[in-house]
Amino acid sequence: MSEHFTDSELVRRAKAGELEAFETLAGRYERQVYSLARRIVQHQQDAEDVTQQTFLSALEHLDGFREEASFSTWLLRVATHAALKVIRKRKGLPTVSLEANTEPQEGYETVPHPEYIADWRESPEQLVGRNETARLIDEALNELDEKHRVIFLLRDVEGLSVKETADALGLSEANVKVRLLRARLQLRERLTQEFGDPARRFEPHRHEQAT
Amino acid sequence: MKCEELLAMLNDYVDGGIDPGVCEQFEKHLAGCNPCQVVVDNIRKTITLYKAGEPYELPVQFRERLHSVLRERWKEKHGAQ
Repeated sequence: MSEHFTDSELVRRAKAGELEAFETLAGRYERQVYSLARRIVQHQQDAEDVTQQTFLSALEHLDGFREEASFSTWLLRVATHAALKVIRKRKGLPTVSLEANTEPQEGYETVPHPEYIADWRESPEQLVGRNETARLIDEALNELDEKHRVIFLLRDVEGLSVKETADALGLSEANVKVRLLRARLQLRERLTQEFGDPARRFEPHRHEQAT
Repeated sequence: MKCEELLAMLNDYVDGGIDPGVCEQFEKHLAGCNPCQVVVDNIRKTITLYKAGEPYELPVQFRERLHSVLRERWKEKHGAQ
């Protein structure tokens, strides 16, 4: 059975025309692709459309996939582009390719500093798996704008490297890093307001402005 | 090193990609700064929580539809085998 094959072996077989190999690959990654799409577009039907487009696109372009990235990274990249296209369409913006990205470099000087600083009342191990936690972390994620949300999802949830994230989005690594920092800090702020212990709160140090 | 200067290096520190010399300075600051210690710890916990989150399940009907669309398109492309 093709379930035991590695991704590369399945890709090779699918390229040779074996439908079962392609379906095994789809079965292996459909949840991951759907979850990423759902977290970017925040809408079930749209996430289904993005998932379907992603696998149809993989089917069409499989011959051109040269395995410079892993199959899963390649799929996540395709899914991210499809998801961002849905969002731009929703906002009435032209659905231009991200490859032509001309977003300015964000600087560290405008990154907001931590405000609410407190030890958490419980460990992540205690928090995880509770419905209330799942709802809160989803809410916090939704509050990020999508250019920060996408980077956090690819880097910290899907585990892509900074370089893979940058390549997937057509951004510089420096830009990915500063957006990732913004995303992490904003999520930290929000989750610490929920999970922080007011009795173990610290005031941020106010340093003199450097001149 | 001031708390503000730590921010720009926070990612590299948390991800383990920090230059050893800078890391030493970073940790020296941390040792004397409770708020920064807690921010680093909060960030690590935040990432852990999201990493541990369960992926969404595919709706069953959608999964069936997806596979049937893929099979159909495959056959159009490769011819029925």
